[in-house]
Amino acid sequence: MTAIRATNLSKRYGRTLAVADLSFDVEPGQVTGFLGPNGAGKSTTMRMILGLDRPSGGSVLVDGRPYEELRHPLRKVGALLDAKAVHGGRSARNHLLAIAQSNGIPAARVAEVLETVGLTAVAGRRIGGFSLGMAQRLGIAAALLGDPEILLFDEPVNGLDPDGILWIRTLMRKLAAEGRAVFVSSHLMSEMAQTADHLVVIGKGRLIADTSVREFIGRSSQGFVRVRSPRLAEMAELIKIGELYPDHLRVTAMTPLEIGTLAARAGIPLEELTYVQPSLEAAYMELTKDSLEFTS
Amino acid sequence: MIDIIRSEWTKIRSVRSTVWTLAVTALLMLGLSALLGATAANSADEPMPGHEAVAMSLAGGMFASLSMAALGVLVISSEYRTGGIRTSLMAVPRRLRLLTGKLVVFTAVALVVCLAASAGAIGIGLAISRPPSVEMAEVARATLGCGLYLTACGLFGLGLGTLVRHTPGAIVSAVALILVLPPLTNQLPGEWGGVVAEFFTTNAGTLVIFGRSGEYLGPWSGFGVYLAWIAVAVAAGAILLRRRDA
Repeated sequence: MTAIRATNLSKRYGRTLAVADLSFDVEPGQVTGFLGPNGAGKSTTMRMILGLDRPSGGSVLVDGRPYEELRHPLRKVGALLDAKAVHGGRSARNHLLAIAQSNGIPAARVAEVLETVGLTAVAGRRIGGFSLGMAQRLGIAAALLGDPEILLFDEPVNGLDPDGILWIRTLMRKLAAEGRAVFVSSHLMSEMAQTADHLVVIGKGRLIADTSVREFIGRSSQGFVRVRSPRLAEMAELIKIGELYPDHLRVTAMTPLEIGTLAARAGIPLEELTYVQPSLEAAYMELTKDSLEFTS
Repeated sequence: MIDIIRSEWTKIRSVRSTVWTLAVTALLMLGLSALLGATAANSADEPMPGHEAVAMSLAGGMFASLSMAALGVLVISSEYRTGGIRTSLMAVPRRLRLLTGKLVVFTAVALVVCLAASAGAIGIGLAISRPPSVEMAEVARATLGCGLYLTACGLFGLGLGTLVRHTPGAIVSAVALILVLPPLTNQLPGEWGGVVAEFFTTNAGTLVIFGRSGEYLGPWSGFGVYLAWIAVAVAAGAILLRRRDA
């Protein structure tokens, strides 16, 4: 069954349309990357999935039902939105205990998830003194409490050190391998390239792409041929359709063979003739360049 | 529902601000009673009558009402300040159930502490001022009345906290409605002014502590009127809690 289904989801704040007519599915057993520039509407969408913000239009269902109708929602869905959004005066253990009790989750689970995220040693300490990395782990512990089939993470690697990033990445892959649906937002393409199986890309609140990572690269961005030559100007003259850079020529509409043949006929020596595969990063930049909320 | 109540109990007992505000409430009640009792015992030529001694013992109630209101505000506004409200609502997406859980747990905690503090304050006050005779019915009503009144002030704060969401704003409105505006309404002119004054929040609510009757209200009907004010604040907060984005 589809874990999350958004249908024509919209959210309006005053005159700004934060999310516009957004439809997508999140399936179990894979990591779905939710990608878009800052301000694209990712967090708003996640809050609507979790019943925190009310959609202005459309609907979003979790396991076939609106979130509010889940009896013990944390046993179905675990989410990490903002790791620092916790009462700093409470100990990690009490923070998790209160969450567990609200959904009838046995108190023993608290110790288990603390162990999973590696916070057992600081379980009795006040959360206010936690580093961002520790707070992030605590937020993930809270998400895992109910052993949910569906997990949502909003920008989970923000502000983490490389160890922490690797840990979260591994954890998300493991959760998906266990058959859970993992829906993770990020504005970093490189991050998603290493974690996600599927991508939902949005910009200015609208859907740009809903596709597998492989298709995404193939379809959105063209590769090009990089040509270097000691007689670059002559080469550019010869090809006409190339794009001339100070040290190389970029050609999109011809194959390396065609270019090489032309060069050979004209007797121009070539230093380099390479077909450059589009990267996920480049594909993403290309797709979202029109939808950046703030351009610097 | 029992799950939610258990969770709210864990929340309220696991932050220091709860312990501190409850301790301040109790200390204000007991301390002022002892202080005023000692002053009265030293200065008066003859011991004061029983009902006056009881009323004097509860003088701390005016300040304790504010610390209870502050605690009520914090029960919900601290979640808005930290963003923890989102965690709470993810766990309990039916928002009125969450609010009900908070109301139930807060009422229980406040009742226990406020009744004990009221009883203690009267005990200390009477022990120091030593009136010639005290009616037990008077003592019982004053203890119960003051405990209920202080609890109600806390619920007023909880309602206003739900409505306003920001701690400073909610506390300022609580102070205004509990302490500042009620005496001002006594200055209102004419017959209607008198009605408004008597029915205004704590003007009506404190009747039960001192066993007084106004022109229209008795001790308990006065307390009922105060509860109606609180119900309005809580209901308005509940409606907005349901409607607003978290």
